[in-house]
Amino acid sequence: MNPRILPYVLILPVTVFLCMFFLYPFVLVAQQAFSTETGFSLDNFREVVDYWRFPISLQNTLLLAAAVVPFQVGLALLMATMVNRMKRGRDMILYIWTIPLGISDLAAGIIWLAIFDQSGFLNSMMNGLGVIDQPVNLLSYQNPGMVFLAIALAEIWRATAIMLVILVAGIGLIPKEYYEAAEVFGASPWKRFSRITLPLLRPSLQTALVLRVILAFEIFAVVAALGGTLFPVLMGETYAYQFDLRNGGAAAAMALIILAISIGFTLIILRALRVPKGASI
Amino acid sequence: MAEIQIKNVAKSFGAYQALNDINLTIADQEFMVLLGASGCGKSTLLRIIAGLETATSGEVWIGGRRIDHLSPKDRGIAMVFQNYAVFPHLTVFENIGFGLRMQKLPNDEVTRRVERVAGLMHIEMLLKRYSGELSGGQRQRVAVARALAMEPDVILMDEPLSNLDALLRMEMRAELKGVLAESKTTAIYVTHDQVEAMSMADRISVMHEGNIVQAASPIEVYRNPAAEFVASFIGNPPMNFLPANPQGGGKWSVAGQTWDGPATEKPLLQFAIRPEDMMQTEEGLTAIAKVVEPLGAHILVTCDVAGSQFRVILDSEMSVRPGQKLTLSPQPGRARWFDPETTLAVA
Amino acid sequence: MTDTVAIDASADTRKWGKVLYVSTVVFLCAWVLVPIYFLLINTLSSPETVTSFPKPFWPEFDLASLTFFAGFDGMLSALKNSIIVAAMTMVMSIVIGAPAGYALSRFEFRGKGTFRLLILLTRAFPLPLLALPLAVLFIRTGLDDTAFGLALVHTTLAIPFSVLITFSLFSGIPIELEEAAWTLGCNRLTAFQKVVLPLILPGITASAIFAFVISWNEVFAAAVLTIENRTLTAFLLQNLNTSPLHLKFAGGFILVVPALIFIFAVRKYLFAMWGIANR
Repeated sequence: MNPRILPYVLILPVTVFLCMFFLYPFVLVAQQAFSTETGFSLDNFREVVDYWRFPISLQNTLLLAAAVVPFQVGLALLMATMVNRMKRGRDMILYIWTIPLGISDLAAGIIWLAIFDQSGFLNSMMNGLGVIDQPVNLLSYQNPGMVFLAIALAEIWRATAIMLVILVAGIGLIPKEYYEAAEVFGASPWKRFSRITLPLLRPSLQTALVLRVILAFEIFAVVAALGGTLFPVLMGETYAYQFDLRNGGAAAAMALIILAISIGFTLIILRALRVPKGASI
Repeated sequence: MAEIQIKNVAKSFGAYQALNDINLTIADQEFMVLLGASGCGKSTLLRIIAGLETATSGEVWIGGRRIDHLSPKDRGIAMVFQNYAVFPHLTVFENIGFGLRMQKLPNDEVTRRVERVAGLMHIEMLLKRYSGELSGGQRQRVAVARALAMEPDVILMDEPLSNLDALLRMEMRAELKGVLAESKTTAIYVTHDQVEAMSMADRISVMHEGNIVQAASPIEVYRNPAAEFVASFIGNPPMNFLPANPQGGGKWSVAGQTWDGPATEKPLLQFAIRPEDMMQTEEGLTAIAKVVEPLGAHILVTCDVAGSQFRVILDSEMSVRPGQKLTLSPQPGRARWFDPETTLAVA
Repeated sequence: MTDTVAIDASADTRKWGKVLYVSTVVFLCAWVLVPIYFLLINTLSSPETVTSFPKPFWPEFDLASLTFFAGFDGMLSALKNSIIVAAMTMVMSIVIGAPAGYALSRFEFRGKGTFRLLILLTRAFPLPLLALPLAVLFIRTGLDDTAFGLALVHTTLAIPFSVLITFSLFSGIPIELEEAAWTLGCNRLTAFQKVVLPLILPGITASAIFAFVISWNEVFAAAVLTIENRTLTAFLLQNLNTSPLHLKFAGGFILVVPALIFIFAVRKYLFAMWGIANR
């Protein structure tokens, strides 16, 4: 076949598919969000924003992201640098650390439910240590802090792996010579990390953060498994509008709000971690 | 019979002109080397002949058949690649037999031909191995054997030895030349290594900025470069150049000396001479030695002649020290003259 | 004298550094593995033990929970649906995505930049939200509550990955291998079959498994788009409030098993998947 046309033939299926199931639905969702029976209006947005659960679910989602993401960045950086200098057992350790990558948020929620539940392992452990002698209901409305902690831990447990993989790949791209040069000039291990690894890792950090932050705003099943309705989040409210309240317009408006927040944070991250032209590896 | 004719072939990548109107005829069974620095268009020309690249304009004929519209498999060519391109998922046997299997030859015929070329390339004992278990030199042999097994009219080679170390390269050079002469195929061989070109070629095409500057036998290219570029590219070190002013009657003044030259009316010429073609004489050019490099049998002396750099190769019996003054003259018949306007040789 | 002291001190620091390093590695491994182990205990315990207090830290290898799970109404068909949807997603995302990956790695063409941007863009959007408008659209086209309809949405999630992974896989195969095949009597298609495909098959398998797991794990779109034909994730989510604990744990465990196999199967390609994001 003509090599001029061939590439277009090859990308045609993906393009058509993404237009149908990615671009078109976004047009639809916007349409749905901005329209009621009377035509164009902001009523759907007014409705969801004025609902009493909206501020609390927005606050919860943002707080959770603020608590979880920075911790994950630190943890993933620590793990990545440790893996990088590992000689024996590197593959096995990496395999173990990346296991959560394949685990769904729902399964992660259930796993941590096994720990935090009233008959869970945390209660049994505290009993073993003599702290309590009766099982305590940790995940109740009397313990909002504990619910938050359980959800945050489950998120950290589940979603650090994805950052780890991106960062390990990124560190692998940094030539060893830079470290040797820095060592010759007398840089301490900490200085080598902060002056070489971190700046050169910026593109990977960017990717990891964007991906992670977007996923953080999509948090849904972990919360459903651990907090139920105790801990409203944006995505859960969207699901409730669509499914329990059968209000498609409101659900679409929620979706657009989540989308706007995601795009906003993506832009902030891209701007904050931008790499000057010509300064990449 | 597989004579190759390249007629008015040009190639551009967007605004960049990679080849300008190339015309070249390669005789049946000739070993033609395309020689030039990287980016001169030699690989592009080879890939156009192979059909891996399409020419913007022009025609390619092999054995009296126009082939530039055919796909590579229908051109009667075989190719050896710079990085060998030995298929990693097949054994050496299946690699060599790959083209034969594509032609759906019977099994015993495949075996016979694979074993024959494997014997030719001395890799009979490697037939069951995979490319991961081979050294660079062995992979090279497999790549050549795979091309030979096709019994092609034309064999095309794109810098096939450039990834080998120096000693192995020298060994393969001689072997490849022998095998190709025996197989009676027409060969086009691309390289940037002039020693390779000199030692292997029947004819060398020196390429520069998308043009063939000279196509001639190695000794002709060395002795009678057709253009300044060839003179300054071939030879290690290449020719020396000095400006020459006309004195009338075929006499030219070069750095204060008057020598016989071509009888033309040009206002200025470039005098050119190979470093080994200068000798020490009683009278001649005044050269101040700057750097002296012993090369074993000879010494290479970099001098200053009237403000220009000038290199001479002298016998190592002579002791020359930096700062010393030498008087030099060209050996008779070895000086060449170029017209600075056209950069072409003047007889 | 002072020299030896200094050397001893630095040797001491190094030893403690090593201890700290190793124990951190061990702790982080435990951090990942122990929660999964707890889930395993619960799954392999009888329903009574699951709700008992205090809990044993050793599984009793009682299959009652799993049997209950298998017998629970709708659970097995949910499991079957999950597998069907994930298998469809796997096939579609490779069949649709791989040609584009090949085009990106082998050709320079107008609009290549825009196309790559479109692919990358999909990763910067909360894709499960797509399920909302599609729910309406699917009802109109009769795709609502079908495995195929859900697989289409999951394929949208998986396609950016399959394009980028196959792009990096194809780029890892030197073009000269294909060119050599062309000069040896192949056309584009046979060269692809005989040379590229055998070399790329393990990588394609890995990216297919990746697509499978993306679909297998997806909760939101599955819950929105299916009603009768629930997938396992959607079924578990729907019954979170009502189902007994041991059912949740058994279901969670069934969800986790493919993940363990998946990460093991694709561990070699994990970085190819993301390394590309760094360029």
